[in-house]
Amino acid sequence: MTARRLDAAGVIDRARALQFSWDGRPLTGFVGDTLASALLANNVRIVGRSFKYHRPRGIFGAWAEEPNAIVDVENGDSQEPDARATVVELREGMAARGVNARPDVAHDRYAAIDWLHRFLPAGFYYKTFFPDWHRYEPRIRAMAGLGRVATTPDARRFETRSAACDLLVVGAGAAGLAAARAASGAGLSVILADDRIAPGGSLRWRDGMIDDQPAAAWAAATAEALAAQGVRVMPHTTVFGAYDHTTFGLLERRSTAAVGWSEDRLWHVRARRAVLATGAIERPLVFPDNDRPGVMSADAVLQYLRLYAVLPGTRAVVATNNDSAYAVAVALRLAGAEVTIAEARADIPPAARAAFDRDIRVLAGSTVLGVIGRDGVRMVDLGPADARSAREATLRVAADLVAISGGWSPAVHLHSQSGGKLRWDAATAAFVPVAPRPDHDLAGGADLAAALVSGHEAGCAAARMLDRACTLAPPRAEPTAPQAAPRALWRVPIRGARQWVDLQNDVTTRDIALAARENYSSVEHLKRYTTLGMATDQGKTSNVNGLAVLAEETGRAIAEVGTTTFRPPYTPVTLGAVAGMRHGALYSPWRRLPAHAEHVALDADMRDYGSWFRPACYPRTGETVPQAIRREAMAVRGGVGVFDGSSLGKIMVCGADAAQFLNIVYYTEIANLKPGHIRYALLLRETGVVQDDGVVARLAPDRYLLSPSSSHTQSVLAHLEAWRQTECPTLRVAMHDVTAAWATFVVAGPRSRDILAPLTDIDLSPSALPHMALSQGRICGVAGRIARVSFSGERSYEVSVRSGYAVAMWRRLLQAGTAHGITPYGVESASLLRAEKGYILIGVDTDGLTLPGDLGMSSPLRTKQVDFVGRRSLLMPDARRPDRRQFIGLLPEDASDVPAVGAHAVTRGQDGRLRSIGWVTSACHSPALDRSIALGMVERGRGLAQAGAELELFHLGRVSRARACPPMFYDPAGTRLHD
Amino acid sequence: MLLIPCPWCGPRDEPEFTYGGEPAVRPGPAADISDAQWGGYLYMRGNDKGPHREIWCHSFGCGQWFVLERDTVTHAIFSARKP
Ligand SMILES: [Zn+2]
Repeated sequence: MTARRLDAAGVIDRARALQFSWDGRPLTGFVGDTLASALLANNVRIVGRSFKYHRPRGIFGAWAEEPNAIVDVENGDSQEPDARATVVELREGMAARGVNARPDVAHDRYAAIDWLHRFLPAGFYYKTFFPDWHRYEPRIRAMAGLGRVATTPDARRFETRSAACDLLVVGAGAAGLAAARAASGAGLSVILADDRIAPGGSLRWRDGMIDDQPAAAWAAATAEALAAQGVRVMPHTTVFGAYDHTTFGLLERRSTAAVGWSEDRLWHVRARRAVLATGAIERPLVFPDNDRPGVMSADAVLQYLRLYAVLPGTRAVVATNNDSAYAVAVALRLAGAEVTIAEARADIPPAARAAFDRDIRVLAGSTVLGVIGRDGVRMVDLGPADARSAREATLRVAADLVAISGGWSPAVHLHSQSGGKLRWDAATAAFVPVAPRPDHDLAGGADLAAALVSGHEAGCAAARMLDRACTLAPPRAEPTAPQAAPRALWRVPIRGARQWVDLQNDVTTRDIALAARENYSSVEHLKRYTTLGMATDQGKTSNVNGLAVLAEETGRAIAEVGTTTFRPPYTPVTLGAVAGMRHGALYSPWRRLPAHAEHVALDADMRDYGSWFRPACYPRTGETVPQAIRREAMAVRGGVGVFDGSSLGKIMVCGADAAQFLNIVYYTEIANLKPGHIRYALLLRETGVVQDDGVVARLAPDRYLLSPSSSHTQSVLAHLEAWRQTECPTLRVAMHDVTAAWATFVVAGPRSRDILAPLTDIDLSPSALPHMALSQGRICGVAGRIARVSFSGERSYEVSVRSGYAVAMWRRLLQAGTAHGITPYGVESASLLRAEKGYILIGVDTDGLTLPGDLGMSSPLRTKQVDFVGRRSLLMPDARRPDRRQFIGLLPEDASDVPAVGAHAVTRGQDGRLRSIGWVTSACHSPALDRSIALGMVERGRGLAQAGAELELFHLGRVSRARACPPMFYDPAGTRLHD
Repeated sequence: MLLIPCPWCGPRDEPEFTYGGEPAVRPGPAADISDAQWGGYLYMRGNDKGPHREIWCHSFGCGQWFVLERDTVTHAIFSARKP
């Protein structure tokens, strides 16, 4: 093949040359080129190696249908693996490399695999390597796969957007432009999306006159006029998925020139109606060695000629079974190539006249029987289309290009994705879309005038459905002679020769025949067995040929075989665009404490705690994190500490029936709680499982403040709302989340009262404010609350003020505590203090099976009269099983050994095998006890704890011993709490 | 993506809503309910093909629960009403 750039016009900008490289070789292209057109212009013949046999492959198509030209592309600091060269816009400095070959695609040392093809039929891997796949997998994986995934972060930025419109028109070819024109003219808001770089579809490279203008000029002018009147014209935007209720997924690839803040954009478009004007995809002809570099789609050849001024070869054979390739043959001839046409049909069609006018030889009833040239076409054998042997070839012609057209398949992907049906149309040898969804209209056709009318009518139909009237006349095209019917030709009936159906997946007619013999006669099974129609091209060029061959092999009609299911996406979607901006810091934005800056100023070790960004501890210079945690915990036990508890949930529940409501939704008795008092309470699901714990404070007879766990606030509020609305709609109660309105600081330790008392007018004496009581007043001159609750086991005050005072209050507390050695402590230190007291953490010490009785809290079930949420579940046999896992403490035999969280408690069964009877849920080294402690859930745990039983802990093969004990290691009598 | 007609707010995109499944009527009082009845209330759902009654919450909108009638095959929505 000797391809070259012509002097003709095209869409490229010859004033702006671009330097790029292919497999390390510097090459030149132009602005407007695709990577594929630039490679062809530089006469690069081999752009890839086939997936299975490592056969040399050249560029076949010109856009999304491309099966061969899969390349890795580097643009500065961004990389895209497995890009299809036909859809990649060329950029300055682009470095592209072939894949699936060592050292490169032109000299692939795995090429010898092709000689073994007889031993690599469909299902080879299934048959050969199972059941011992794991032994072969590393070697096979190392050889398999295509592009290399970059190991560095992608520098590109992506975003997602949403849009709504009356009408989405998919495809801006003749039909799509006419539809958008009609609908916009009728006053609809219209989005017109097209996956090509410029609107126009085939009008850009096929001849024709519309409204007395050349078709390409009409397309450009119409798109411009539509944009001017408010249509959102989106070129280079692929509508890749049709979803429920007229929603569509669009991938907008922003061109080099237009690139601003981001590159690819993902759009969710909600339309009231849609017109699908997606055109058709040319099918290949199937013949022996039809995968050689230089065998190209005829329409793609025309595109390279007309759009990019590239002549893909100078001695061309055009093989066709339909009329559309004659224009390609004529264009090749006009560009200076020698051309021979192999027409599969016995009768020369009227369309051949244009070829005769150019003295092009047309061989009727002929097709390609063989291609000679391993690394690119050198010679082509032509002969009867029904030949049963390669020896029936009648003519051998020297050629460097074989342009093939096996007919056209309408691009029915979106129609089928949304549940539309297909009908096999024998006249055009194609599956045509029928019975679209009621919110979709279909438009298009092979004849230009008909396509324009069909698009116009679809646009008007959409307008009518939305109560608008269409006033414009349709665009006019010169009527053309009716096309002759194509000849259905699915392969050459030569036995033994390898004829490729799916170039991307190396599926040949022999593979399909083998699958049929092995009874994979369903087209879905065929696909999975042979991989026909998989991967990046999703069988755009191969599906119909494949199922037609299957039909022949199984003696069925094509309609009977049917198609595989069409699923989104139509073409590969950049994962970065799916993520959009939701990555890194924006993936799940952190909630910051109102005094965040103060913690940062203290060099706190800030960590992510279920959406909150909180201090884990405050390490001093030269101090490790465990040392800091230990120091902070000891400061709380021996003196005083201060903890930012602002993230603790706060849900206000108000109303005359608030008490009655809370008594239904909480496990714990709430109704008899007196104003000014606080109670620890469990919240269950209807299944009886513990959903959350926290304290409930009664501020007034009709006002409660709930404090769920920090990360459960939203789910608890949603749970309570669901119960209020669905089961208690008559109760007068309202609730809302006030977490962000309040800053809460916990002052804990024996000296906490000494610090706080001078700062507030609230009486902090134990008689006035005992443990689990609350009072409202002024703190440092501002209104607030002080609640006496403790998660540390020490005397402890929660000071709450409006969050605007957070910074000032934090500073005042530290200042007031200086003389007492006040120590800020973080989440990890607080968690250690609570472990010493055996206080549970929901979701850490409990799981989705934990019932309140498992935690030793069973009195409400006995005493509470209300049918509270989850009550009936606690009476089920499973809840009463004596061997349930129960919450206990564990004292490791080796006091310096902290057991792993998740370590299993094991017993030896009668058969001698180890059996897990539970596991460690929390473990740490306790500074107060100066030994390791652990908490866990263990079968019949309470009995074991009472007996002080010895347990074996098993973790990753290591066994240690621990003694079961009640889950309370420090101050079991609680004297320090009440002090 | 479904377009769900919230009875209070009008049509809104599906991501604004939380699916609540088939509505189950809570039997009671607990003392009179058999284990089997309670298990049915907790876990047994018809999972119908075709027209289906279900409850949804407009979580990122008005926060209200409502009953929706939807075809589980075509995803067509027939009605949405306040409880
Ligand atoms: Zn709403």
